[in-house]
Amino acid sequence: MASVSDTGPTDAATTDTERKARARRLAWSNRLPPALAVVGIILAWQGIITLFGVPSYISPSPGEVVATLISQAPNLWRNFVPTALESLAGFVLGNLVAVLIAVAFVHNRTSERAFYPIAVFVNTIPIIAIAPILVLIFGNGYTPKVIISGLICFFPTLVNMVRGLRAVSPQTLDLMRVLSASKSEIFWKVRMQSALPFLFAALRIASTTSVIGAIVGEWIGSNVGLGALIIEATYNFRSSLLYATVLMAAAWAVTLFSAVSLVERRLITWKPGSVH
Amino acid sequence: MSATQAVEPLQGATAEVAVSVRDLTVRFAGDAGDVTALQNITVDIPAGGLVTMLGPSGCGKSTLLRAIADLVEVSGGEISVLGKSTGEARRNRDFAFVFQDATLLPWRSAIDNVRLPLEVGGKSAVIKAADRPEDLLELVGLAGRAQALPHELSGGMRQRVAIARALICRPRVLLMDEPFGALDEITRDKLNEELLRIWQETGTTIIFVTHSVPEAAFLGQQVLVLASHPGRVRELVTVDLPQPRKLSVRDTVDFMRVAAHLRSLLESC
Ligand SMILES: Nc1ncnc2c1ncn2[C@@H]1O[C@H](COP(=O)(O)OP(=O)(O)OP(=O)(O)O)[C@@H](O)[C@H]1O
Ligand SMILES: [Mg+2]
Repeated sequence: MASVSDTGPTDAATTDTERKARARRLAWSNRLPPALAVVGIILAWQGIITLFGVPSYISPSPGEVVATLISQAPNLWRNFVPTALESLAGFVLGNLVAVLIAVAFVHNRTSERAFYPIAVFVNTIPIIAIAPILVLIFGNGYTPKVIISGLICFFPTLVNMVRGLRAVSPQTLDLMRVLSASKSEIFWKVRMQSALPFLFAALRIASTTSVIGAIVGEWIGSNVGLGALIIEATYNFRSSLLYATVLMAAAWAVTLFSAVSLVERRLITWKPGSVH
Repeated sequence: MSATQAVEPLQGATAEVAVSVRDLTVRFAGDAGDVTALQNITVDIPAGGLVTMLGPSGCGKSTLLRAIADLVEVSGGEISVLGKSTGEARRNRDFAFVFQDATLLPWRSAIDNVRLPLEVGGKSAVIKAADRPEDLLELVGLAGRAQALPHELSGGMRQRVAIARALICRPRVLLMDEPFGALDEITRDKLNEELLRIWQETGTTIIFVTHSVPEAAFLGQQVLVLASHPGRVRELVTVDLPQPRKLSVRDTVDFMRVAAHLRSLLESC
């Protein structure tokens, strides 16, 4: 009952429920150490605050932050929604454009030679410097935040996707030629599939940076959103509100990250790079 | 020998020719001038025959096979497959290719890999004539592993999937480039026997490249020995061993004589 691993993959049908149970046990033993670490850090934080009598305008205690999360819930929620929507829209838009441009690059070398340097150049400008420009152009609404969030996602996805679409072995291309496959068949049946692991590596990065993009956008010109709330709380020395806001932003980034990982696990059941 | 056979496939008197190579020359443009990979190769592969190709590394075995498969550009001479140009034969799925590594798509299960040729290249007439993927997996002894992903299969199993995939459109010619080169000897022996069985069951013409003298002699009705720099035909050796062959044939004196002859040819290449 305990060990099915040594029977090997030959008796595949028999052990499905056992495998699931084992996976669940494994998941728990994987989650225990980080959970303990988090609890430890929170306890240490509380300990330092009480031990040294740190004033709450410098740093709140975990208890105060939780209290603020509850008492300020409506305020936090009101500011959370715009940030969440902006980062989500930016994530979708930035990655979509990146994927489409990557497809164009792989399809047509000339377009890559023409536009790749521009993409690199845009990427080298710090996002903090682009943000005011976009706010000047698009005003105080959602648009500049979505664009900033999208821009920050764009480049890693473009680079990875181009690499992924090209990561097809010459032998696989020979095989497709022997089968007289058309360019579009090769694209959909081979290139897209082999690019997926590369794409998801980039999407994981983008899932967290898109939230950063939205918040940076709100710092420059906005009176709603978690970014605006961070500025406001800082200027008013409301440290527990500041911490609560940061927690909300982090929670959203983790949610996006987990969603991406979940889709990735569903879509990629094979082992990239294991077989040629 | 058969190098003098007629270009036109004749009925009756001479055996029909599946692949005819006439005066083939292949050059590759390199940094330090052109490399002549093959020079004036002329050979006929009889329909339904199993011809193995042997030669020192770099002599152009792969290039010859790839030229037949329309994968490299020919610099001179002519190749015809079942009387058609190589491009025409390719579009008609007259031949299939098995590479040294299985070249399976890692995200597709074994059966979906076997099915791939039915999904691309859009020639409904050819595809209608195809076998069922399930039957082919059974033919190569993998009926139970249809849903396995390539990384869950051993190297030998992957190569069997590749062979099943090659056979699905019932090719009249099967081109194999060191298909068992990366396998251990026991697996290789087993697959050699299976290949002979499949060849007899399907009547497919097979051209099989190998580095191994025993493999070449065991499988081949004829062994095409190439010499290098530039690649050219050294000799076309006829292997007079009874069919169907069992692995034990390798212990007979006749077999050893053939192997010794091949070895001496290779040494003088
Ligand atoms: N695409 C290519 N570009 C340039 N030169 C090539 C190319 N393919 C093969 N060659 C050259 O052609 C010659 C024959 O190569 P080929 O791969 O056909 O040899 P081979 O007999 O299959 O060798 P091996 O037994 O090692 O597989 C070699 O000198 C090789 O360097
Ligand atoms: Mg070779």
